[in-house]
Amino acid sequence: MKVMNVVGQRIPQHDATVKAMGQAQFTDDLTLPGMLHGRLVRSTIPHGRVLHVDLSKALALPGVKAALIGADMPDKVYGIVPMAKDEYVLARPKVRYIGDEVAAVVAVDQETAEEAARLVRVEYEELPAVFDPLDAIKEGAPVIHDRHPNNTSTSIHKQFGDVDKGFAASAYVFEDTFYSQAVNHACMEAHAALASYDAQDGDWTIWTSTQIPYFLKRNIATTMGVPENKVRVIKPKVGGGFGQKVDMFSKDVLACWFARELNRPVKFVYDREEVFQTTRQRHPMYLKVKTGVSKRGKILAQHITAHADGGAYNSTAPLMIALSCFFVMIPYKIDNLVYEGYHIYTNKPVGGPMRGHGVVQPRFAIERQIDLIAKRIGVDPVEMRIANAIKPGEPHPAGFVINTCGFSESVEEAAKAIGWKEKRGKLPFGRGVGLAGSAWPSGVANMAHLSSGAVVQLTREGRVNVLSGAADIGQGAETVINQIVAEQLGVLMEDVHITAADTGTCPLDAGTFGSGVTVRAGHAALAAANDVREQLFPFIADWLECGADELEAADRRFWVRGNPERGMSLSEALKRYQYADMPVPIVGRGSWIPPADQPTDLLTENGNFAPNYSFMTQAAEVEVDLETGKVTVVHMVTAHDCGQPINPLLVEGQLDGSMVGGMGQALYEDSTCIDGQQYNPSFLDYGMPTILEMPLMESVHIDTDDPLGPFGAKEAGEGTQLAPAPAIVNAIADAIGVEFDRLPVTPEMILSALKKRREAS
Amino acid sequence: MNDKKIIEFTINGDAHTLVCASNTTLLEALREKAFLTGTKRGCDLGACGACTVIVDGEAALSCLVLARDADGRAVQTIEGLAADGKLSPLQKAFVDYGAIQCGFCSPGFIMSATALLAEDPNPSQQEIRRKLAGNLCRCTGYQKILEAVDAVVAAGGTTAIREMSAAAGGAR
Repeated sequence: MKVMNVVGQRIPQHDATVKAMGQAQFTDDLTLPGMLHGRLVRSTIPHGRVLHVDLSKALALPGVKAALIGADMPDKVYGIVPMAKDEYVLARPKVRYIGDEVAAVVAVDQETAEEAARLVRVEYEELPAVFDPLDAIKEGAPVIHDRHPNNTSTSIHKQFGDVDKGFAASAYVFEDTFYSQAVNHACMEAHAALASYDAQDGDWTIWTSTQIPYFLKRNIATTMGVPENKVRVIKPKVGGGFGQKVDMFSKDVLACWFARELNRPVKFVYDREEVFQTTRQRHPMYLKVKTGVSKRGKILAQHITAHADGGAYNSTAPLMIALSCFFVMIPYKIDNLVYEGYHIYTNKPVGGPMRGHGVVQPRFAIERQIDLIAKRIGVDPVEMRIANAIKPGEPHPAGFVINTCGFSESVEEAAKAIGWKEKRGKLPFGRGVGLAGSAWPSGVANMAHLSSGAVVQLTREGRVNVLSGAADIGQGAETVINQIVAEQLGVLMEDVHITAADTGTCPLDAGTFGSGVTVRAGHAALAAANDVREQLFPFIADWLECGADELEAADRRFWVRGNPERGMSLSEALKRYQYADMPVPIVGRGSWIPPADQPTDLLTENGNFAPNYSFMTQAAEVEVDLETGKVTVVHMVTAHDCGQPINPLLVEGQLDGSMVGGMGQALYEDSTCIDGQQYNPSFLDYGMPTILEMPLMESVHIDTDDPLGPFGAKEAGEGTQLAPAPAIVNAIADAIGVEFDRLPVTPEMILSALKKRREAS
Repeated sequence: MNDKKIIEFTINGDAHTLVCASNTTLLEALREKAFLTGTKRGCDLGACGACTVIVDGEAALSCLVLARDADGRAVQTIEGLAADGKLSPLQKAFVDYGAIQCGFCSPGFIMSATALLAEDPNPSQQEIRRKLAGNLCRCTGYQKILEAVDAVVAAGGTTAIREMSAAAGGAR
């Protein structure tokens, strides 16, 4: 591991102290003079047409300032993917799930707004609804969006290599089916927006809990029908995202809309139930995996069929299904592969991006099937994974360029750390170990708009101001950027001050999704810092009578390499620079876009989708309580290759959080929806893991140094969420000999399986 | 609609007089009337712990306490933990151990842990887990939070916490 002056060091987040003191400001913590409060009126039926909305009682309530229905707004659909826009801010006139937005009210305080929302009367014409994607694609199923009569909004069918030939050459062919459930991101901060309008210039400032300020700015402007430069998006602290804050939501547009209408600042904050029901969730997915293997378990062909339950709207549908297709192509080398995937509308809460976007589900299926096949043909699951592992530099069937890959090592290390040899198949009944592999791109490279910019100013006083578009949503992006700049300029972390994710003042950035921030925004910051160096270093070199490339910089000091005495302090250098009438502050600019010799359309072309790829293996040891069916994860290991970590402390935090989230998906979490009604939209009923369930966690670093990562870095923490669920379910199979094919594995399922086993024997 | 009540209590040692509706929660009073937004609203159901404060020395979920029931009491919030700008041992440990990611749950965790250590300076790890089980976090996986609390216990930092708590009018 590279440990430099600042990069590679274990450094707490630069704003951790502010957060620990309760001074960090999230959107709902902001108040503006004269601020009003908004509230949405939501559909109570899963599918229908709004015939009439009676706002009169709401408007008559003292303190209510305005109310709005869809017909009062421009006829504009919105969505994060331009080709897949299908949502209205307020229904026009259809509602497509329970919770769909119908009307909005604004009042002097939150309580009055809530009361007003209750007074709005909505008359519907109910339509037949459909709740399962496999029903929704049947002939005669209710049509949810007229544009897609078969309810399939996006599909992908890709073939790599020659699958027929691969199956023909296989010693065995197995087909298995799996199901992965709906889970919620459960960010601790609920979605919120606060907008103010400047009537003189005719423009807006909106503070909002978002992961992608620049896309959001565009979407707000387009949806309201105003020029993009009239909207300034500022991201305050964001209390977790995990993908749930990628999309624009009604609150963003409505806050802006009412702020102009009423000429007062307007705030919308969703309550927890709204977050669960009406923002986003991980797509439930039905999967069929047909795999042909050699006698020794080499995968010769694979055919994956995926039916994703999209709920009522697209969100990222085309991207999700393309990611699902392409990123099953790592971490194993599968020369012959067919992936067919369908994104299907249902009258249910909306699927959207979530940590491991579209890939958690097939990864569960594939990693479960590897264990099933290994058992059926009598090979060791560890050996089977290593035999199929991708190696760096190999040609890739989909055209990925994988410069660094520590996958095989990660399998070996995870197996070693969990005690595979001593424990697999050898523990007492009820106890077992399992593992699963995964991989993830460091940012999805081939879409437009995916560059990051940075500006670095070095002031006369030696203060470094960084402007970055990167959206820190709690993962520590700002800290990592500060480290890169501090390292490159030879200053201390405390000298670096970042302003980020303000579209009015910061350079462009794609946003926080697909694990691209460290590599993309990190490179931009590095380039901007290097720009400062190129202005300052020749000047210092002249004074020190050396070449600029001979200079070293650290701890606010510059010196000639190999000769620490021949140097000067940062403050002296800046003083001389200014006395020579060189312009200060020294301003450096940088930008970075992943290498451009790549396709631009995910659905039609193959190619290298990311600058680099992380690889990892999760291993789990579980204990099954044979009386209660309760599964305890005793030990969880992640062996992972994230290149060179810029900040190992933050990387560990990412891995820990991702593992526990994956454990939640394996054992506890399920956004239950019956006939379109969600039954557990609260933290009381949902069941995400608490500190009581936290297993002993361990992470093993596999050392690679990626040529395309800043200081050799790759993504960390998103790929880690792919494999805990299959690792845990594989361990349950080892513990009690039952092979589960759907998530989550609940105590009821365990008890019922144990009962069947007893009855059979 | 609602009777208004005049509520007199201390927040972090300072006397406050607030006029609140009878259904106003302590969380709303702190955030919207006293403008102390460090206490977070995560669920309004007492299910996430983000709104944890200390009332008369005991941890309380401020979204489940009516402001009027805080009348005459001593309330301590996250803003009151740092004395003279110096972090409390728990706050410092949360920072140093990387127990803070997005930071939304952190005030609640720190307040729960502060109440725990004021009551029992040497809790077992199981006891720490039990007392923090009402606080949810989606970012950290809890590992570094546990490490941070453990570190304070191991360093005997609890005396400092109790003194500070008493100074703020929080501990009995």
